[in-house]
Amino acid sequence: MQHTLSVLVENKPGVLTRVTSLFARRGFNIDSLAVGVTEDLTLSRITLVVSAEDIPLEQITKQLHKLINVIKIQDLDPDSMIDRELVLFKVNAVPERRHEVIEIANVFRAKVVDVGKNCLTIEATGTADKLGAMEDLLRTYGIKELARTGKIALARGSRDS
Amino acid sequence: MSERITGADALVRILEIEEVDVLFGYPGGVALPIFDALFKSEKVRTILPRHEQGAVHAADGYSRVTGKPGVALTTSGPGATNTITGLANAFMDSIPLVVITAQVATHVIGTDAFQESDMTGITMPNTKHNYLVTDAADLPEVLKEAFHIATTGRPGPVLVDVPVDVSKGEFDWYYPEAVSLPGYKPTYKGHAKQVKQAAKMITKARKPLLYVGGGVIASNASAEIKELAELMQLPVTTTMLGKGAFPEDHHLWIGMPGMHGAKYTNYTITETDLLIGIGVRFDDRVTGKLSTFASKAKVIHVDIDPAEIGKNKAVDVPIVGDARGIIGAITAELRKMGAEPRTDAWMRAIDDWRNRFPLHYSRDDGQFHPQLVVERIDALTRDREIVLTTEVGQNQMWACQYFKLRKPRMWATSGGLGTMGYGFPAALGACAGRPDALVVNIAGDGSIQMNIQEMATAKLNDLPVKNVILNNGYLGMVRQWQELFYGKRYASSVLDRDCPDFVKLAEAYGCFGIRVTSPDELDAALKAAFEFDGPAIVDCRVVEEECVWPMVAPGGSIDEMLGGVPGGPVSDMLDDDLLEEVWE
Repeated sequence: MQHTLSVLVENKPGVLTRVTSLFARRGFNIDSLAVGVTEDLTLSRITLVVSAEDIPLEQITKQLHKLINVIKIQDLDPDSMIDRELVLFKVNAVPERRHEVIEIANVFRAKVVDVGKNCLTIEATGTADKLGAMEDLLRTYGIKELARTGKIALARGSRDS
Repeated sequence: MSERITGADALVRILEIEEVDVLFGYPGGVALPIFDALFKSEKVRTILPRHEQGAVHAADGYSRVTGKPGVALTTSGPGATNTITGLANAFMDSIPLVVITAQVATHVIGTDAFQESDMTGITMPNTKHNYLVTDAADLPEVLKEAFHIATTGRPGPVLVDVPVDVSKGEFDWYYPEAVSLPGYKPTYKGHAKQVKQAAKMITKARKPLLYVGGGVIASNASAEIKELAELMQLPVTTTMLGKGAFPEDHHLWIGMPGMHGAKYTNYTITETDLLIGIGVRFDDRVTGKLSTFASKAKVIHVDIDPAEIGKNKAVDVPIVGDARGIIGAITAELRKMGAEPRTDAWMRAIDDWRNRFPLHYSRDDGQFHPQLVVERIDALTRDREIVLTTEVGQNQMWACQYFKLRKPRMWATSGGLGTMGYGFPAALGACAGRPDALVVNIAGDGSIQMNIQEMATAKLNDLPVKNVILNNGYLGMVRQWQELFYGKRYASSVLDRDCPDFVKLAEAYGCFGIRVTSPDELDAALKAAFEFDGPAIVDCRVVEEECVWPMVAPGGSIDEMLGGVPGGPVSDMLDDDLLEEVWE
């Protein structure tokens, strides 16, 4: 089962390595990873998506807690979290078909951020499902290049920081 | 007016403030500023080993016997990478160390400079924490944290990498009073409700068992264990790392569990209805096949590391915290409840197994058995303080089985990592920490050669360690596995008991060497070595193809043991009448 872990860490050199190498040496594959500073500049938030059963996940969470630079770990409940990924698609679009691609972008509330002679670059944010659906549609036109961020997420409501 | 100080001088001053009296250090280019500062220190004794691995094991041995953090110092590059085995060893066994490695100057880090090695990168998986110091003014804070992290919570090694320009750099001296580590808050006090629940379960159990490990040594909780065991008349098994946590001449002590535990010990674990694990981690060498390990028991697990609880074995009552306080609280709770021991019949069942399936070897066949050597060391040192260290392999198992330790912190052996070459340097550290005690390293002819160069360290630093080599001409434990599981094909496990000549080798280092070829010569040789004013080697030419019995096959159930007094799984070994009495 997929879990989204939100890990609050000290914003110090090497901390990301400490976290990711722990996953690697305990035999976990990281499906997605995103990291950035938080509202407090001394802290970073690492958002990790991992596939694991509950008991191994509990073990890896406990091991993560033992890292001196790790301050807090949340296993976000999929039903009460906001999660987003960002994708840049560079799509084949000859002038006569451009409007079709733009229409797809509009349907998904994505933005066209660059136009080339025969291509368009689209920026899209959303859940992995939505972006997957959009990618499927764009594939028919030919995706020249694609870059996507890892998932970032926060728990809903005002209680959690 | 603030005082300007160099990083190196500050480092040494901090060691003094942290009450480091012995440091094991090997110099080299970028470490020289620190060694120069150490040269001036009157409080820190610097011992020069002959290999950096020896330095870290020595610091480890020092820590195990004194309870204080061990400190080692090396240069960068190869000096630093040579500490890895020592760090990994201390990490697996939760031994507090502060290991300082010098590093190339900050402005050349990352350029593949001469003797550069990424130490914080390399040691990430086998230290509790590590630091690369990039500014001299950070040293006090980092070192304060390093000692704090090493010695608190679940102890472990901390590495501090100090570039040469940091050692030479100056800053305004300060030393922080406290550390600020928002992500590091070990739990010490056990949960009151869980403590009560544990006490209640102990009063209800008919066949309880205390399973005690290295955590009890680390938390100095031996007295509390004894009090609890005696109050409720609970049998106690101590793991290899817990050896000495409970007096082994006590009636309630029922041996070491696991792969080379006694049959009666493993039968007891298999039959117990309440396993009380304290400072243990249900290691595979203890549990064997997990599904049959203590499968009839409810489990209480006390440990300071929450990650150990439920890692290998499901637990009914987890208690996270410091063993000493928690055991004390459980005992107090039992007193309050007016609990009375009810293990009389259970102890008789265990004694019955103990009588029928003791540890044994062929004492009377006239041959020179390695077990006898361990027994005689024990017998000849009853009236004195003795610290025992071991190497890894058969020598270690026989030391566990046949030496009756009576006190904690008189024992140093490599558990989790199983490091051949650990025992001798650890003995040197133990000797530096306990100069009043006789320090004996029980070794094999294989493992002693892994750090034999430390003979010079022993000789030149007045560390009169006595190496007793159980010389069988083989890598004995490897040979045993090959005998049992690889059709007696002794691939790469055959040594030559004459090469080297250990007596001459001892003499070459200016130490005492003596050879023993038969049981009749043993006592005199041991006495001569123990009386000798300096390091010694006793080369015991024991039976070549002896095995450590009994033995649980790797991955097997611990009650199904090979060798020893014949007896099947515990289900066949039960005295039904006695068991009925247990339940009455």
